[in-house]
Parts: sequence; C-alpha cells; structure tokens
Amino acid sequence: MTQYEAVIGIECHVELKTKSKMFCACPNRFGGEPNAHVCPVCLALPGALPVANEEAILQVIRAGLAFGAEIPAFSKFDRKNYFYPDMPKDYQISQYDMPLAQGGVVRYWLDDGTTKECRLTRIHLEEDTGKSTHAGSGDGRIAHSSYSLVDFNRAGVPLMECVSEPDIRSAEEAVGFLDALKRTFVQLGVSDVKMEEGSLRCDANVSIRPVGSKDLGTKAEIKNMNSFRSVSRAIESEIARQIAVVAAGGRVVQETRGWDELAGTTHSMRSKEEAHDYRYFPDPDLVPIEVDRTVVERLRSLMADLPIARFERYRGSYGLGVAQATQLVDTPQLAEYFDSCVGAGGGGQQAANFVLGDLSRLANETQTPVWESSVAPQDLAELIGLVQSKTINSKIAKDLLLRMWNGGGSPKALVEHEGLAQTSDPGSVERFVDEVLAAHPKVVADYKAGKTNVMGFLVGQVMKQSRGKANPALAGELLAQKLG
Amino acid sequence: MSEAMELSAAEIARRVNAGEVSAREVTDAALAQIDAVDDRLGAYLTRLHDLARVSAGRVDARIKAGEHLPLAGVPVAVKDNMCLAGTRTTCGSKMLEGWVAPYTATAVARLLDAGAVPVGKANMDEFAMGSSCENSALGKTCNPYDLGRVPGGSSGGSAAAVAAYEAAIGMGSDTGGSIREPAAFCNLVGFKPTYGRVSRYGLIAFASSLDQIGPLARSVEDAALAYDVMAGKDPMDSTSVDRPVEPAATALRSDLRGVRVGIVKQFGTQGLGPEIDSLYRRAYLDLEKLGATLVDVELPTAEYGLATYYLIAPAECSSNLARFDGVRYGLRVDGEDVGRMYERTRAEGFGPEVKRRILIGTYALSSGYYDAYYVKAQKARTMFGADFKRAFERCDLIASPAASSPAFAFDAKSDPYSMYMMDYYTIPISLAGLPALSVPCGYVLPEGSSRPMPMGLQLAAPLFGEAQLLAAANAYECATQHARQRRPEGAL
Repeated sequence: MTQYEAVIGIECHVELKTKSKMFCACPNRFGGEPNAHVCPVCLALPGALPVANEEAILQVIRAGLAFGAEIPAFSKFDRKNYFYPDMPKDYQISQYDMPLAQGGVVRYWLDDGTTKECRLTRIHLEEDTGKSTHAGSGDGRIAHSSYSLVDFNRAGVPLMECVSEPDIRSAEEAVGFLDALKRTFVQLGVSDVKMEEGSLRCDANVSIRPVGSKDLGTKAEIKNMNSFRSVSRAIESEIARQIAVVAAGGRVVQETRGWDELAGTTHSMRSKEEAHDYRYFPDPDLVPIEVDRTVVERLRSLMADLPIARFERYRGSYGLGVAQATQLVDTPQLAEYFDSCVGAGGGGQQAANFVLGDLSRLANETQTPVWESSVAPQDLAELIGLVQSKTINSKIAKDLLLRMWNGGGSPKALVEHEGLAQTSDPGSVERFVDEVLAAHPKVVADYKAGKTNVMGFLVGQVMKQSRGKANPALAGELLAQKLG
Repeated sequence: MSEAMELSAAEIARRVNAGEVSAREVTDAALAQIDAVDDRLGAYLTRLHDLARVSAGRVDARIKAGEHLPLAGVPVAVKDNMCLAGTRTTCGSKMLEGWVAPYTATAVARLLDAGAVPVGKANMDEFAMGSSCENSALGKTCNPYDLGRVPGGSSGGSAAAVAAYEAAIGMGSDTGGSIREPAAFCNLVGFKPTYGRVSRYGLIAFASSLDQIGPLARSVEDAALAYDVMAGKDPMDSTSVDRPVEPAATALRSDLRGVRVGIVKQFGTQGLGPEIDSLYRRAYLDLEKLGATLVDVELPTAEYGLATYYLIAPAECSSNLARFDGVRYGLRVDGEDVGRMYERTRAEGFGPEVKRRILIGTYALSSGYYDAYYVKAQKARTMFGADFKRAFERCDLIASPAASSPAFAFDAKSDPYSMYMMDYYTIPISLAGLPALSVPCGYVLPEGSSRPMPMGLQLAAPLFGEAQLLAAANAYECATQHARQRRPEGAL
C-alpha cells in the first residue's frame, strides 16, 4: 500500500498591538461597546482617506528581521476588492506584490527537542475587518438569520499576514511552527497573539503525496481553527480525509474547507471556481513606502535573542531539559531573569531549578512576577554560590529564598549576620550527634536491632538541633560511626 | 440684484475687513440672489440659508475682534461632493440623496476658516462623472449665458452659481477637466492646482489619483485668493504634498515679458471650425502682444489621453464607489439576502454613466485583463509626464483650448464618446498631474443660435508652477477683459 506524507503551508493573521488603528487615529483596543472606536476613515464614510500607521510598518519590519527576511527598499499598499458587510470600504487595503518582508526562515522545536525549519514566503501588512453578528437564526449563523449587526471597532486594526512555504509535514510540526511565531511575536511585543481573542488567526493549506514524491498534491485550505489544539486536530483530520479519498480511487479537489470543532471534521466551504477575483491594484490614496536602510539596520541591531536561539543555548550550554527550556523561553521576562542570574555566576541547571521551582511557586502564591520581586537575579546567583560552596545546605537555601522574597536582601549578608553557615567542623557536629543519641535511646536500640531506616530520623534530629547548620552528610557519617 | 453681488471676492473681503459692510449683509445679498434666480438656474441642490447666516455672524464677530480674514464674508458655492458637516452631501446621486455629512472636508474647512461663507451645495454630474451636469440625478442646471445650454461639468453647479452672481467663489473638483470645462462654458476662471496641492480629505472620491479641488471665480485674482487659502499639506491626506505654497494672489503680473508659451502641435484648433480656430489664434497673439514668446512644442502621446484616462479613472472609481453598498449609509433597497440588497441598492442608486464607468473599471482590473489595460494605461501615464517634462524644457507655460466647443444644448451629446471628447485638451494635463486653468478668451456663436457663448483658454504650467501660472493668466485677463464684455442674462 502507498504511504503518504502531508505537505502543509500555514497562513496566519496577527493583529498588531499598536496605539492606533492602521489608517486612522482610532484606538486599537480589543472589546468596548460596539462601534465606539470608529471615525469617518474606519467607517469608510464618503470622502475619508487612509493614512498609514508608521508604528505598524516598523513592527512588521521587525517581525521580518526576526526571521531573517529581506526588507525591500520599496513597498506599497494595494486594494483587494470584494464586497462584504463588515468590510466598510468593500475593499481591504493590503499588500499584493510588494510586501514589507520577503522570505526568511522560522526555526522551531518539537516536544522531543528536535529543531525544524520552515521557510516564509512573505510577511505583509493589511487591515482587519469589522465583526458581524447574525441574529434570528437561533445559532448565530448567517443562514436563516433575519438580520445582522456589524461592529466596526475592529475594522482597520493593523493585521500582519505571515505566509509560509509548504515545508511542514505534520500537525505536530504545524503547532511547533505556530508556537515559534507566537513566542517570537510576544517577545518582539508586536502582538498579544491570542487565538481566543482573535489576535492570531490561521489557515492551513494541506495536501498529501506519496512518500518520496517531489510533486505537490492538490491542496485544500482549512479555515475556522480557533486554538492550537484545533489546528492540530483539523490538520490530522484533513490528512486522514485526503488519504481516504485517494485510497478509494478519488481525487482531492482544490477548495476551501471549514473545520467543525464539534464534529471533528472539515467540510467544504467553496471550490476554486467560486474563488473571488480580487482585482488587486495599487491604492492611489496611499503613497508608496520607501524603507530607510538606516532604520532597518538600527532595528536589526536592537533585535534581542530570539526564542529559538535561547532554547538552543539553554539546551546546549546548560543542559536544560526540553520542558524547562521551553518554560523559560515562553516567558521572555523570566528568561531574561534567568540569563541575568546565570550571567552573575548562578550555574544554569541550579538557576533553572530555582527560577522554575521555588521562585515560580512564590510568584504564584504572591501574584508577583519573579522579575518584579525583591529577589534580584544577582542575589539568586549569590544564593546558588553559597549552596555550591556548601556554605549552606539546600534547606537553609529555601528558607533564605523566602526571606529574600520578603525583602531580606543579599543572602551572604543574611548568612553572615545570622550565623547560618553550614557547620562542617567535625567537633561541633559531633556534639550535636552525641546530644541526639543521648536523647533518643529507643531509636538507638531500634537501629542496633537492625532497623537502619531510622538513620534518616536521626540525621533530621541533628539538623534540628543545629538549627539547620550541620552539614547533613557529615552528620550521617558521624552517626553511623557512633552506632557502628 | 444687489450691487454687492457683482463685487469680486477680493473686494468683498476688503470691505468686510475694513468694516464697510458686514459679512451678514453680503450673505443676505447672496441668499436673495439665489432665491431670485436659482429656481430657473438650478445651480444649487441645497441652499444653506441658516448655516450661511450663522457662519456670517461668526465672521463678523472675528472681524470685530480684530482679525483679518483673507476671504472675509465671501459667499462660496461648495460642490456637492465635498463634505460640510451638517449639510446634505449628495454627489448628485440618488445613492446619497439624503446623506448628511458628519464632518467637513479639509479644503472647505480652510476656506471657511479664512472667512468664506457657504451659501449652498452646488449641483454636479453624478459622482463627478460627466461634462455637462446632465448626469446629475437630482437636478438640472442651466448655463446662465443661455438657459437652453449646459453649464458644463462636472462642477457645473459651482460654475453656474458664480457666473450668475449667486456666489463669488465656487469650489470645484477636477479629475479630467471638471473645473476647467465648466469655467470655459460659464465665462469664468477655473483653476486646477497640481495634484496633491489641495487636500482631498472629505472630497468624495471619483478617481483618487486624479481628483483635485480648485476654485472657480470671476477673476484670476479671486481664484488665486481662494487657492492660497486651500493649498498646503494636510496630515489627513497622504497624497497631499508637503512643500511650501508660494502665495499667488500677491504675485500677479500685468505682462508676460520673458515668458515662453508653448503651442502644442497635437492640440491644434483647425478641426474645431474656422470661428473657434481664429479665436484661439487671436488669443495666442494676445499672449505674444503681452511680451510672451510663442514656441512650438510637441506632446506625441497626447492622442492617447482619452484612452488612458478612461481606463485609469474607471478602474479607480470601480473600487472607490464600492462602499456605496446600502450597509452603513445612503440608499438601501432591501433584498432577500445581502447580495440581493447590494444589487438592488446599486442598481437603483447609480445612474447610467456611473454604472458604465464601474463596469469599464471592473473589467480593466479583472484578472487576465489587468496587464493589458490597467498596467498599460499606467505606463502611458508615465509617458505623458515625460512628454510634458520635455515640452517644458522649451517653454514655461502651455496654451490650448480648454474645451472643444462652447456650451452645447441639453441632450445634444447623447453618445458618451462625443461627451468624452469635450475633455480632449484637459485630460492629458490631468494625467500628468499638472496645474492648469481656463481663462475667458472670447465668444463664438453656436450654430443656429443668436447668443454668443464664452470660450476658455487653457494655460498649463509645470508641477507646482501655480504662482507663475496665475500670474500669467492675470496678465492675459487684465489685457483682454473678455469676461466683462457680456453679462449672463440668466443672472438678471
């Protein structure tokens, strides 16, 4: 039987986080009373004209630079013409043949830690539409609805469209790719990238071909996926559907298919023949964009480490596991905190354990982000140094961390001031050992009778007696000698 | 008619600023003239009695407070494709018959801020598509020089209003000749500045890359005065040019010494008949008499002007007019579903010429035809620019007829192509974005008529040569005084 592989390309729309809309001064804000954030321009009143938002243009350029895309010196806006009630001008200002960013590569990783690449075709800038609500049909669908309401608050919000090459081979890779986009855009601060709020929307072009074939099969465009999980499920379902079609001797037809979350299947929305002729042409209301090279170079030089670079560094240099590395990378501020701590001498793995363990727990409990807490990354590095030099043991370290969180300051100062340094002097530890043995004759008897598991209890007692300062390894050694 | 209405805009502003007359008195005179003649003329679609009086009161208060306003108390006719907050703004279309603009166009706002008083919204060819005003769906406008003839278009209402002393300044918009041709038909100065000189914000678009607002006036000086106020960069219009405006009204000239005037081989007048031909030959000689040097220049591509224009303008309009869909404003004709609603609304709302251009434009932009039509037309357009640039190496101004004939009778041009031909001389200049104006240059007797009708001389200048252009036109006007030789009977 023929084995098939999937060939997948992703198109995603990302709402940019700018102060104002793409072509007018209305605030770019999610929600609000319907039609509260509108003006003559975004309502397309007769005579109104668009003026391009420079902040949005710069954000797209930064997004392009992040993936190594080429930023052409010249770009322009075009009109994409089609009628739709929530699109006020009945054309969308978009970019057709001269996008702001061309090419580039998205590198991403999978749950098992392997890294992959997917080439980008382009990133361009356009405007969002309003939102229609269909009433009277009972199910919110347009079919059988008696009227529709349109909210133009979203109309004209800057939208960045990223189009990938068909380099993706599985649902898992698609999600890995989307995760990489999301992480990168969050880090760049260009978008919230929330699929639930619609600030990230994506379509997948899916086709199959026999393994080993270089040709592209006929693709179906899958729409209406509203979470990463539904992207994964929709692609898997579509691959299975296409394989079944071909296995049954049929042919996949080029069409747009909608994902039905409840049914768990895709269904045909429109065929290629019904596709619009968008009659693209350059928007005469807007002047072409000449991209200043010095601006591009400045933006390039300000580009911080990308998530994938961080991930690889965390894995390669510090040996962190995929989960820990991912967790850090997913919260850029936490990753920066971690980097500062490691930079100040806090070893990678220990720093990760503290940051993702105790500190994250404290952060959750107190609703204060780690990077805003009173534990400076340098202080954490100092604490890790104290543990590594065996100046304090891990229990003291935990206590100290809590005190540092509550504003205690430098761990070294705390240790010195309160005499918390671990005691590794055999003489003083021996004193605690003798006291414990004398105080617990029954346990000593048990031990001598063969119940060696009471050793843990005895070490604990020594630690308690020494107020945590005794070196637990030394205490264990001395106890064993004396009981021997 | 009150004597005040025959005053120039410059003289009205002078008197109002000096306190010799109030803006309110001038406004009342204008409104009285409108009420007296406009039922016959039909220059206005909406008369703004209340707004005009309120505006005049405000101007008077500002004058009293010591301000000097360049257009103090000047009654202005605003073409009905320019938004003026609180007024019906129809574009001469059933589509917008009841639409009240909630905001004011930048150019209108600048004029009003300079003290002008809006007295009415003027009729026009629907969505500025036409050369006679006959394409208005909302009213018929007559030429004040012969009520049986058209005023020209598309800014025909503004032209008729100014010619009939119902306003001192008319605001027009010119896409392919829509200011210059009606100015020629109504014995006025009609001035289209360089593309990008005057903000288009609030001007309801016909063809965005060609539309330009400009004044119609009874003298070059008045046109210059209005232009000085309107021109300049507007942050609301990306295509408006950020370049200092050379004041024109204070730089007018009375001679043409040292000015080289190009006579374009391809703009010959022999084909227009002996009477018109000799009229223009005399006009060119008059320029020479004023000190100008006449030089022959060529615009080899000029004959492709109409073909190019009738691809680019419809292409842009097919997209610009998509927004009139019945969803948010204007006419809505219900249908079983949204698609049917669109179809019925647009079928009823648009007139035949608008539909024709939307169809041409949609076709020209369609996949498979785009390269053959739209792209080719854009290339031709680049060639026009280059042609003019070459011509202007040899001359400072170009002179030609403004229109191919005087105002014609209603219903005389029933096939669209003969109507399009009216703009033969104006369209290449529009495609090149150049500043140009029409200035009265005499009269001809139309066939079968006993009423001499005015003709216009078109003068065009290189990009941003507005001040030089107006200066030269002033010299010609002062020396010839053609407009003063006849009074429009429709105004009396």
